[in-house]
Amino acid sequence: MTLPTNPSGAASEVNVNLTVNGQSVSVPAGTTIHRACERAGIDTPTLCWAENLTPVNVCRVCVVEVEGNRTLVPSCARAVEEGMVVNTDSERVRHSRRMVLEFLASGVDLDQAEGLRRWLDEYEADPGRYDQDGLPARTVYEEPKVQDNLYIRDYSRCVLCYKCVEACGDDAQHTYAIAVSGRGFDARISTEFDVTLPDSACVYCGNCIGVCPTGAIQFKTEFDLRQASDWRPDEQTVTQTVCSYCGVGCNLELHVQDERIVKVTSPADHSVTHGHLCIKGRFGWQYVQPVDAPTRQRRP
Amino acid sequence: MFGAGGGTSSYQEIEEADVVLLWGSNAREAHPIYFHHVLKGLDQGATMYAVDPRRSSSAKFADVWLGLNLGTDVALANGVGREIIAAGLQNQAFIDHATAGFEAYRDHVEPFTLDYVEQVTGVPAAAIAEMAHAYATADKAQILWTLGITEHHNGVDNVKSLCNLSLLTGHVGRWGSGLVPLRGQNNVQGGGDMGALPNKLPGFQDLTNPDHRAKFEAVYGTPLNPEPGLHLTLMFEAMEQGTIRGAYCIGENPADSEADSAHARKLLSGLDILVVQDIFLTRTAELADVVLPSSVGWAECDGTVTSSERRVQRVRAAVPPPGECRHDHEIIGELARRLGVDWGDPTPEELWDELRSLSPMHAGMSYQRLADEGGLQWPCPEMDHPGSPFLHGWLWEDDLGGRPPAPFSLTDHAGPKEELSAEFPLRLTTGRALDSYNTGVQSGGYDNPIRYGDALDLNPDDAAALGIVDGETVRVSSPRGAVEMAIRVQPDIPAGLAFTTFHFPELVDINTITNDEWDRESGTAEFKAAAIRVEKLRHG
Repeated sequence: MTLPTNPSGAASEVNVNLTVNGQSVSVPAGTTIHRACERAGIDTPTLCWAENLTPVNVCRVCVVEVEGNRTLVPSCARAVEEGMVVNTDSERVRHSRRMVLEFLASGVDLDQAEGLRRWLDEYEADPGRYDQDGLPARTVYEEPKVQDNLYIRDYSRCVLCYKCVEACGDDAQHTYAIAVSGRGFDARISTEFDVTLPDSACVYCGNCIGVCPTGAIQFKTEFDLRQASDWRPDEQTVTQTVCSYCGVGCNLELHVQDERIVKVTSPADHSVTHGHLCIKGRFGWQYVQPVDAPTRQRRP
Repeated sequence: MFGAGGGTSSYQEIEEADVVLLWGSNAREAHPIYFHHVLKGLDQGATMYAVDPRRSSSAKFADVWLGLNLGTDVALANGVGREIIAAGLQNQAFIDHATAGFEAYRDHVEPFTLDYVEQVTGVPAAAIAEMAHAYATADKAQILWTLGITEHHNGVDNVKSLCNLSLLTGHVGRWGSGLVPLRGQNNVQGGGDMGALPNKLPGFQDLTNPDHRAKFEAVYGTPLNPEPGLHLTLMFEAMEQGTIRGAYCIGENPADSEADSAHARKLLSGLDILVVQDIFLTRTAELADVVLPSSVGWAECDGTVTSSERRVQRVRAAVPPPGECRHDHEIIGELARRLGVDWGDPTPEELWDELRSLSPMHAGMSYQRLADEGGLQWPCPEMDHPGSPFLHGWLWEDDLGGRPPAPFSLTDHAGPKEELSAEFPLRLTTGRALDSYNTGVQSGGYDNPIRYGDALDLNPDDAAALGIVDGETVRVSSPRGAVEMAIRVQPDIPAGLAFTTFHFPELVDINTITNDEWDRESGTAEFKAAAIRVEKLRHG
């Protein structure tokens, strides 16, 4: 008997040939330049890109030069084309990346943006040259918003990469509790009418935290430990396991410090979660903490 | 279904389905990350029909919400089947090739006309017809369900009536189409797969089959009792009759979770001996003669669990168990030693490898592969087998893989056992809320801003008729008992229906009023339908 549809998995494997930094690369049609660079062993800085989100092209830190194109192109979103000649390391690309990184670092606090700090060094960015009267030219400063026991929002660290908005919206959660409000220097990630998070549509899945590259949205557990100068990532273990709630089988990464769970993430490349969790998987582990932790239940 | 106890389709397939029937499931709250996969499908243009008495948070994402009267699922499914046949939209080639009993089914559903079904279910005929046509004509379509289908006195008939629709249309056994019962616990699939069923050995091998038994007896070194045991509901009946005098309860809290729980507690208390092995001193443990404290299966102990898409995955110890808590397998091994059998001290991996040697569908799943490949979906019989995204591909093979054709089932409409009356005029149903889980022994341990506690959702018209305002504490009674609880006035719940969760038994002991009528085939109680009365509290 003939099947009405063929089993999936047999995606068309038409390959496209291009040159990256003089090196020939062959990748399946539809691959982005960013991914092709990765295949060729070329590291590309990214900020608003994540493998579990749709590119929004706002940060411009991944730009590359494509021969025949007037402007630099965002490698995270642009698909490869046959015969394309890409340069990722020209003076023009390096200059552009350096400027973007300097502007970002001069405007917001990137102390906790560990991934980004590496690129600041790599591109010899000097955000200090925008200092005024010896003070950083911080365009965004406000006190961290601490409105519940699960999240904090510290917009002094926000680079407006939109990742949290995408994770809350179309790319995963479909809750749409946050969006960008305001223009220019006043642009902020905000709830509707800037109500507190508990009063907003937020369902506390923590998927915004999962994708935030700078610590602008953070687990309260991490925030508290950082405030107490007791956040010690080098001493933490990360153990992959499966959530105990419902039968979906979400993979959890338990970050443990001093035999206590301090945060929970999920691998972005896993077929079940794509890095996203619900409130139970993200926060429902209090009962595993040592018994001095606040807990309703008595452990025998 | 068709000889294997598991959902037919993998999560990725729902992203590619064209039509989704979400039937008796609030996956948005009960299975949130599975619902992400559903949402991907909807974003890509799939059409979703939500069948649920409540306009649930899942139903709000549907193209059409079919708000049927509670407990009329068989009538609706038979009506859909009849409409598909009446419109000539059945997949006759598939029916002829892979199924048996079509003519009897066709005759059986003939009385389920759109008018009749509208009258029984309360769903407009046009919506029933639209869903029937969309499902039948879709290239790829799936039916998803959870406890809204199974927690009825006729839950098995509900499931069979949905399976009929897949046989009628060929929406099973191929990529993108299927029947998906979403599993409620992280290892309820694995528990059944491992033989935690009264009549099954691991890998769904049959306890009553001497050849199957012999294989296990050779490895276990002891003869096995060929008599099937009892499922949980029958165990409680046996306690009542006095034929069960002792129980050993591992990781279950029946004193809170059983329907008519006051009755269940009385039976548990009357046992000669009750042993409870758990991570908490649950209400059941409080009744026990001996409590064996155990480690947390997913964070303090190594092992495997199996998900709703039959994916076996590794769990790993991240923190040490507290105090005197020990791993479940060590407790059981120690108990065996006291009973005179020394099983040694096998590691979880050694136990798993023994299972692989006995259960062909798990044979290809080494710990290394489970770690490297992000889990594997059974059946996975060989080390070079990639695992099985969907089941029942044999339905499309020329010789049906040597199996008999899949039979249609004949099911009849039978509403909830407990009928509404002047004394108990409202219908109570229960379910889950996003932030909480079952009897709350795990989820009760964390606070969060979206928790609203246990409240009874009531339609504004019903509340007004009773003179009750939002937040008011009322008395809720059924023929079995009464509780006091707050009212949440909710426009999304139809008049005549009341809804609450069961996550806070220490606040509201809701299962003292739910109905313990149960399905004779599955043993599952009718949690979803009790008759209740709501009254204002008398003051002064």
